[in-house]
Amino acid sequence: MSETMSGAPMLEVSGLTKRFGGLVAVKNLSFSIRPGEILGLIGPNGSGKSTAMKSVMGVERPTAGSVKLDGVELAGLPSHRIARMGVGLVFQHSRPLARQTVLENIKVALLPDKLTRLFADKDVDARARAIAERVGLGGVIDRRPPTLAFADLRRLELAKAVARSPKLVLVDEPFAGLTASEVADFSDLIREFRDDGRAVLLVDHNVKSVSALVDRVLAMYLGERIAEGKASEVMQDETVRRVYLGGALVSTARPEASFKDVTPALQVDKVGVLYGKAQALQDVSLHVHEGEFVSVVGLNGAGKTTLFNAISGLVPYSGDVKWAGRSLAGGTAAAIARAGIVQCPETRELFGDMSVRENLELGGNALSDAERAERLEWLFGLFPILRTRQPQLARTLSGGEQQMLAIARALMMKPKLLILDEPTLGLAPVILETLSKALDRLRETTKITVLLGEQNVTFALPHADRVYVLDHAKIVWEGPPDRFEAEAAATYL
Amino acid sequence: MPSFVTSRLFWIGALTVIVALVLPTYVSGYVLGLLTVAYYTAVFAMSWDLLFGFAGEVNFGPTFLIGVGAYTAGILDAHFSPGLSIWLCIAAGALAAVVGGVVLALPALRVSGPYFGLTTLVAVLMLQNFIVVAAGLTGGEIGLAVPDVISIDAKTNYWIALGFMLVSGAILFGLSRSAIGLILQASGQDKIQAGALGFNVTKHKLAAFVVSAFFSGLAGALMVFYMGTASVSTFVDVGVGVQIIIAAVLGGRRTVIGAAIGAIFLIGMGELLRPLGELATLIVSVIALVVILFFPDGFLGIIRGGAKA
Repeated sequence: MSETMSGAPMLEVSGLTKRFGGLVAVKNLSFSIRPGEILGLIGPNGSGKSTAMKSVMGVERPTAGSVKLDGVELAGLPSHRIARMGVGLVFQHSRPLARQTVLENIKVALLPDKLTRLFADKDVDARARAIAERVGLGGVIDRRPPTLAFADLRRLELAKAVARSPKLVLVDEPFAGLTASEVADFSDLIREFRDDGRAVLLVDHNVKSVSALVDRVLAMYLGERIAEGKASEVMQDETVRRVYLGGALVSTARPEASFKDVTPALQVDKVGVLYGKAQALQDVSLHVHEGEFVSVVGLNGAGKTTLFNAISGLVPYSGDVKWAGRSLAGGTAAAIARAGIVQCPETRELFGDMSVRENLELGGNALSDAERAERLEWLFGLFPILRTRQPQLARTLSGGEQQMLAIARALMMKPKLLILDEPTLGLAPVILETLSKALDRLRETTKITVLLGEQNVTFALPHADRVYVLDHAKIVWEGPPDRFEAEAAATYL
Repeated sequence: MPSFVTSRLFWIGALTVIVALVLPTYVSGYVLGLLTVAYYTAVFAMSWDLLFGFAGEVNFGPTFLIGVGAYTAGILDAHFSPGLSIWLCIAAGALAAVVGGVVLALPALRVSGPYFGLTTLVAVLMLQNFIVVAAGLTGGEIGLAVPDVISIDAKTNYWIALGFMLVSGAILFGLSRSAIGLILQASGQDKIQAGALGFNVTKHKLAAFVVSAFFSGLAGALMVFYMGTASVSTFVDVGVGVQIIIAAVLGGRRTVIGAAIGAIFLIGMGELLRPLGELATLIVSVIALVVILFFPDGFLGIIRGGAKA
């Protein structure tokens, strides 16, 4: 923090609202950032933090409210005008020019927005080199982006954003996919922005990842501000803790010793997955007993879906996955599904133009007619709403009904292990309760083994016998749900 | 950019130009006529490459711009000859194509990708229908006979077409490698980021449409006064547009020069295989398909070999 912080705010957002059709993504949000200050804007998936950031940049046009930079109104201007007034955005993912070198990619950001200037100024080259040097790209300046390491691609994004010397720098998930030492490097670079007297807005999922860097944190949930203050204060905030950790927990966990199988049914052993250059999973080991209900909790991007895709044979991985004592490594996704592992993906993958009934019957394709009818009857008992919706097209169902149909269709395949990936994604709280009850009944009335991936702890913990916390591609905690808040909350907030 | 890739490109270009320059001494008027058409087609393909390869706009209807240019020039000449110089007619054709380019750009600002591609296709069909319906003005399905031609000498026509192709190629290539070309590419890759970097994406894309339309229209108008007629089947038909797109992709997208090479290759092959009759089209199509499937970077990509992007 520097003395400039006492001055007037550089960015002043007041009453910012962004509506997409009927959905209010950002609701009456107000905040300000002074020069030389770093503000962390945090919130779980779908909280509206990215929309708020995009509204400042002009990528999204605010529905209402004001965004002022040094007293000048930005709301409603196109993003290129806002950029020229001194706002820069460091994108999380972008598509750099693959056929141009790193240097040329940086030069693009230094070009004037004029059709009459065919050739760049002479000093552009020197300036681009200086920027590359500053962000640590000096050694790869003549390489092309597809040959770069993941962290260097992120550095390139940083370089492009600072090329125009913005007064206000917006950074989208600064540390996603980076290793610990790279995180330290990036933190230093972002601190330099602050020391230059720029205002910085960091957007991320949780307080922990940005706490060492930020001067202040604003937490959002469902489009609204729920807390603001120092990182430590926000982490102690009642509302924040409830959103991230859920309320008081009534655990019905069965102790691990109560499962009779000596060798767990599913054994994941030191599994690692690389997506291009990003480490999506690192040395992940976990096990699930027959009949056990295990939750893997982790924020968006922690690696949950990757883990499930590895188990289902959808992505190549290192290490080993054993099911009923047999290695699944190298098996096709179809063979793994036939072995009894059925994944219900977060994207649901329903056949939208087929009826509810048809979707279910497709799931039970391999069953005999009698078996299928019996199974259907059982599922309609589990999800009564689906019985009344049978002739309806799947895509016309509500989000919650679609999720129930997706789970029901997976259950039609009579899985031995059901993998549920983020079933609560995008669902309203009232729907969660219905879904929660269905999972309870599933657990109580059947012997099915369930592996549930969730970022919503409130939903994930009550059902679980055991919990794993996945953070930045690694398992960081394992234990029963009732010890979660005391032991794992700090890594999760 | 004194890199390896550029130097290869430069030598290929230089060699092609030298061959083109000495050719009239050795070959017949028929071959020169064929090459004249090939050179104009090369400009069509290069203009298309600027729009698709650099600005990222999927234009399935290059013949809309070509047709507007060709027919405007042709109709003016047919109605006002000899009062109006053909060069004025040609200029008017180019201008009309630019107006057409701006009209075509309007949907591109609202929709993108396949949807924009569809609107360009519809534009071609609309133009085609208009020409057929307004037969009194346009000559309809039979075609429009223009009273004037640039020259009846095969060599003169050849030199004009070659010169035109070289000048257009140099301008389009230069533009693609200039600051504007870089911004266009950045906008085509990631529109949101280009905006956040302070570039007015709309302005740059509109400029690309205008430039592409100008050269397409100019080439179309010149070709009318080489052939002496304008017909739907040579200037507007969707099939002609597909040929131009194949030429550009075959030669190598985002290279400008590749588009010209592809166009000359397609027309040359078509002629070489003509004795085979209908089979010729099939063989050329199969070659094009194989190149596109296995060498998506086209001929130039094959020549560049290891120097992959």
